Amino acid sequence: MSKKTLVEATINGETVEFLCEPRQSLLETLRDVLELTGSKEGCLTGDCGACTVLVDGRPVCSCLMLGVEAQGKNIVTVEGLAINGVLHVLQNKFLEHAALQCGICTPGFLISAKSLLDRNPKPTEHEVRYALAGNLCRCTGYDKIVKAVLDAAADIRSQGEGKAAAR
Amino acid sequence: MHAITYEAPTTLDQAVSILKTHGENARPFCGGTDIIIQLRAGVRRTEHLVDVKKIKELQTLSFDAKKGLRLGAAVPCIEISESDVMRRHYPGLTEAAHLIGSLQIQNRASVGGNLCNGSPAADTTPALMALGARARIVGPNGEREVPVEAFVVSPGRTVLKPGELLVELLVPAPAPHSSDAYLRFIPRNEMDIAVVGVGAALTLDGDKVKAARIALGAVAPTPILASKAADALIGMKLDAAALEAAGRAASEACSPIDDMRGTAEFRLHIAAVLTRRVLSIAAERAKKN
Repeated sequence: MSKKTLVEATINGETVEFLCEPRQSLLETLRDVLELTGSKEGCLTGDCGACTVLVDGRPVCSCLMLGVEAQGKNIVTVEGLAINGVLHVLQNKFLEHAALQCGICTPGFLISAKSLLDRNPKPTEHEVRYALAGNLCRCTGYDKIVKAVLDAAADIRSQGEGKAAAR
Repeated sequence: MHAITYEAPTTLDQAVSILKTHGENARPFCGGTDIIIQLRAGVRRTEHLVDVKKIKELQTLSFDAKKGLRLGAAVPCIEISESDVMRRHYPGLTEAAHLIGSLQIQNRASVGGNLCNGSPAADTTPALMALGARARIVGPNGEREVPVEAFVVSPGRTVLKPGELLVELLVPAPAPHSSDAYLRFIPRNEMDIAVVGVGAALTLDGDKVKAARIALGAVAPTPILASKAADALIGMKLDAAALEAAGRAASEACSPIDDMRGTAEFRLHIAAVLTRRVLSIAAERAKKN
């Protein structure tokens, strides 16, 4: 076993220090070292997107990034979506639209969708499908997922308008 | 994956020194989208990964209307497709960078890494070759420049010697009335490995071709330049007959294999079709420049 390296990163808003081996992927580190098992292991080749996390605001496959590369980075996993037990609007919309069955792909879809909506609060269906192209679902199919994301976007926009009106 | 060490130097000198110390047991590491898979599968073996993403020169994307483009080897593909300068001056290279993998992959993968991985099917390599790009390499014995068409020597192997690393890609400034294009054939809409990929760059003089370069991927052990096909276009009007001849000549430059993605016969056919199409697209764009 090779020497472990001390890594300091911000994970879901908290500064975290952890030890990992250089050969360990960020996904292994999240799951096995930090016990954040929301991110899932699917293909391990960057095809399925089940391990998607945000690194400095950009979606990446955590199976194709080393844990040691997290040094100094800001990482958001699916565990970072709900705040104090209150689900993120995307999570609520996934439930409402029954946009999941087995759930293995869901954390990755949620993170990719969050990344899209953070950047583009008014996506077209085409843009939603493009942003989710790196995430595979083998049971629900994509329509319900796309509808849930579009609905979440509409919700976020109307909340924004509500806030603006209240000001 | 077997045990490795990881270092992330912040200067070229440090990187070269680490790479030199470990010699053949070290490899520059960038987006990891190929090498992590290869190390896990045991197709490549290396003991020391040297992360080059923290080196300033490798993260630089700069364009000068006279000097052209300097594209740091570690600049992620997403930065290219989000760059107005890239879309305007090098639309073909931008297309190639934009169609590699998913957003998750484009956020990590780089054009430099695509080249260093040495795949015959790399999308951005024919696009770079069409533009006449050169690779700037540094190593223990100083610097050297290699034309991109000479960079990949066989599947998965490049001209990089132990201790060396690719710093940046130097692309000439586009001449007036010139542009480029890249197309690939895959059996699905997105996210696949090219069955055939073709890049072309053209300069027009009125309705005649003044300069042309055509490069193809996935049709030979390395990406290839179809010089005969391109040279035959010089001084010609780009009409149906000229396109037909260029397609045929490009196809004749290929030496494809049968594999799970397509037969050699199919690849020869598609090479001609895509060559005609990229030339037409590049010409349309060149007229507007």
